[in-house]
Amino acid sequence: MTDTAALEREIGERTAALVDEWTGRELDAGPGDVACERGYILAWVEATENANPIYWDEAVARETTGGWIAPPSMLSVWMRPLLFNPGAREQIRPLEMHFRLKDAFALPEGIVTGNEIVFHEPVRPGDVISTRLTVAEIGPVRSNRLGTGRPWTIDVTYTNQEGGLVAVESYRMFCYVRSAS
Amino acid sequence: MITVKDVSVGDSLPVLELPVTARTVVQGAASTRDWQPQHHDHAWATTRAGTKDIFLNTPNQAGWIERYLTDWTGARGRLGRMKFRMRRPVFPGDTLVFKGTVTAVDAADGWVDLDLALTVGDETATECSARVAIPRDTDDNPWNRRGDDWRP
Repeated sequence: MTDTAALEREIGERTAALVDEWTGRELDAGPGDVACERGYILAWVEATENANPIYWDEAVARETTGGWIAPPSMLSVWMRPLLFNPGAREQIRPLEMHFRLKDAFALPEGIVTGNEIVFHEPVRPGDVISTRLTVAEIGPVRSNRLGTGRPWTIDVTYTNQEGGLVAVESYRMFCYVRSAS
Repeated sequence: MITVKDVSVGDSLPVLELPVTARTVVQGAASTRDWQPQHHDHAWATTRAGTKDIFLNTPNQAGWIERYLTDWTGARGRLGRMKFRMRRPVFPGDTLVFKGTVTAVDAADGWVDLDLALTVGDETATECSARVAIPRDTDDNPWNRRGDDWRP
C-alpha cells in the first residue's frame, strides 16, 4: 500500500462516524460586527477598479438603485468579525463552522475550491447583516497535489436587520493533511 | 445601455487583462476584510499552505468577476447568481485574463446566462457561470424587481 493510500484509509476510518454527526449542523452566527458603510464600498471598488457609476455618482445611484448600495459580491465583508474589539461577545470566526469541522476531523489545512452565490435584496449603508451557517455536505476522502482529506460544503444564509433575505452562499472547501513530499 | 434585445447566445464579452501584483492580492484581501495569512504573508503561504506565494482570495475574485460583468452590462445590470470554481491559485506576477460567453438569453424575463474563464497563460485559474438580469427594454430597470419578479 502506498503512503497516500494508507493515509486515505487512516483518515477515512477515523472520520467516518463524524460525517453523519456533522452533516446538517447549523450555527447562528448572529449580526456582523460592522454595518455597511460607504468607506468599505469605496475600498472594494478601488481594489477591483470598478467604475460602475452606481458606486461613484449619487445621482446615478438614486435613479438606478434608489440610493447607494454595496456591490452584491461584497457579501462576506459584512460577516467578518473585527480582529480587535474590546466589547466583543464570544468570538465567532468567519465561516466558523468550517473551522469547527477542521478541528473535529483533524484536517489542519484548508482551501476554498468553489463558491456559489444567489443574490436577493441589495445591501445598503446602515444595513447590519446576520448569517446562519449550515454544513450542507461532507464528501469522501480523496487526494490531490496538496494532500489527503475531505471536501465539504458550507451554506451561508445572509439576512438584513429586517429579516429580508440578502443572499445564500455555498462554499466548497477541501481540507487536508499535507502530502509528505 | 444594453438590453436583452442586443444579446444573443454565443456573444463574447470584451477581454479583460489584469496584471496581478502583490498589491493586487493584499489590497484585495484588505478590501474584503480577509486577514487569512495566505493572502498577505509570503512566508506563511509557502511554508504552511504549501503554495509558491500569496494568492488572490475568493471574495476578491468574486469582486473582479462582478466588475467584469457590469463593465459589459452597464449600471442597470444586476447580478443574480454566480458560481465559480478555483482550479489554481492566482499569484503576483500572473496576468489574469477574463473571457466570457453568453450561453442563454431569456428575453421575456430579462435574464442572461454566461460562462466565464479566468486564465493564466494556458491554464484555467477560475471557471465561473453567472446569471445577470439586464433590462428587457430601455424602460426596464432590473433593480426594481422584487418578490416573484426576482427569481435568480
